[in-house]
Amino acid sequence: MDWQAFWLTIRLAVVVAAVLVVIGLPIAYWITYSRWRWKFLAEAAVALPIVIPPTVLGFYVLLALGARSPVGRWWEALTGHTLAFTFEGLVIGSILYSLPFAVQPFAASFSAVDTKLIAASATLGASRVETFFRVILPLSISGLVTGVALSFAHTMGEFGVVLMVGGNIPGVTRTVSIDIYDQVQMSNYAAANQTALVLVLIAFLVLSLVYALNRRMWAIWPWK
Amino acid sequence: MTAKTLAVVLLGMASLSTRSAAQEITVAAAADMGSALTELAARYQKKTGTSIRLLFGSSGNLTQQIKNGAPFDLFLSADEDYPKQLIEARLAERNSLYRYAVGRLIMWVLKSSSLDIEHHGVNVLLDASVKKIAIANPQHAPYGRAAVAALRHFQLYDKVADRLVLGENVSQAAQFVESGNAQVGLIALSHALVPAMKDRGRYWEVPNDAYPELDQGAVVISRSQHKKEAAAFLSCLKTPEAQAILRRYGFSTPEGKR
Repeated sequence: MDWQAFWLTIRLAVVVAAVLVVIGLPIAYWITYSRWRWKFLAEAAVALPIVIPPTVLGFYVLLALGARSPVGRWWEALTGHTLAFTFEGLVIGSILYSLPFAVQPFAASFSAVDTKLIAASATLGASRVETFFRVILPLSISGLVTGVALSFAHTMGEFGVVLMVGGNIPGVTRTVSIDIYDQVQMSNYAAANQTALVLVLIAFLVLSLVYALNRRMWAIWPWK
Repeated sequence: MTAKTLAVVLLGMASLSTRSAAQEITVAAAADMGSALTELAARYQKKTGTSIRLLFGSSGNLTQQIKNGAPFDLFLSADEDYPKQLIEARLAERNSLYRYAVGRLIMWVLKSSSLDIEHHGVNVLLDASVKKIAIANPQHAPYGRAAVAALRHFQLYDKVADRLVLGENVSQAAQFVESGNAQVGLIALSHALVPAMKDRGRYWEVPNDAYPELDQGAVVISRSQHKKEAAAFLSCLKTPEAQAILRRYGFSTPEGKR
């Protein structure tokens, strides 16, 4: 069993889920509360990764990271290496790939918050940031948890994007799904089955933990 | 639409589909055969009226698909091991096995690259500007195995192993170089010679003795409903005309061999 691949995949999923909380919350906030008339365009753009086939998305990420694109050249000048075939490259691809799975549950739970409470909070002199952290977010915890769990799970099982931009380097970009694919290609069905079973077990464990935590989230929330 | 017309239409469609099925074969081929086979199939179709559906992938992947019941009639592998595996598993016709081409391995860079592969050959891999070297996955792509064998032959493998990136098949390895993400690729000559790629890169041919011969074998699939048609297309690949096309796309052919 390639434990290195498991460790890598878990690290990738955790990093992606964490980054998506940081960038997903403001996007979801804006989508929920903006009154811009063309807002629906942004909503559609956020949902696009659901439609685009992962290998196609991965191919464009590969082009965007390459030495022929401005982004790729800028990164190479900055760091001395290109982003493709690195962990950071996978993180970028996976963030794009999983973005809707974080933003949509976040936005759905924000819009379920009673606007009277937000108005009351403002009347009592709370700033927008305070209102967000003390009213909106506590009332949206289940949406937050769902978004984190979905983006974690979606990244754990990701294949197409990683196949296109990863380059299959052990310990760097060979994730579990790539490992299983390779084993199937070599007719090692038994090994592929074992790896897949462990992947399912780990994913089930982590997701159960997250949802279990969700039920008692109020108990550990600092600003009641 | 009345029930009667509907029935007539349905019957008509059914007869159409059965007729076209009799004259259509599905050929699964290794990724390096892309352009050559597209041309060969188009010519064959024009000459005989048999239409040929083509699909391409890594030979290992296609072998898996055949093992799991993919509806292919003919399989053109990039090596001879996979066809032999299928024969052993009684999934392919033993007497149909034919070495239709011999692949050639090259080192490929973009035209704009500063690497002087024409003069320094394989030694450019040690150049400091070579951060990533793209090869096909040696676990399941014959060209990947050839690339690893060649690197070992030149005693470079250990020096470059941490810079290797693996494409799922040889086309993807080429794509890694073409998109500017890897500086050098060890790929099939047939890739460098397709019209779209010809002007984009330069290549250096890896000497024959550096890697085991890339004999490419074809077999007729046992489950096929169109074995006769598949065998007919396969025997067309043996004609001098077809072999000239294969050579033009960067293959050696069994007769005109090294």
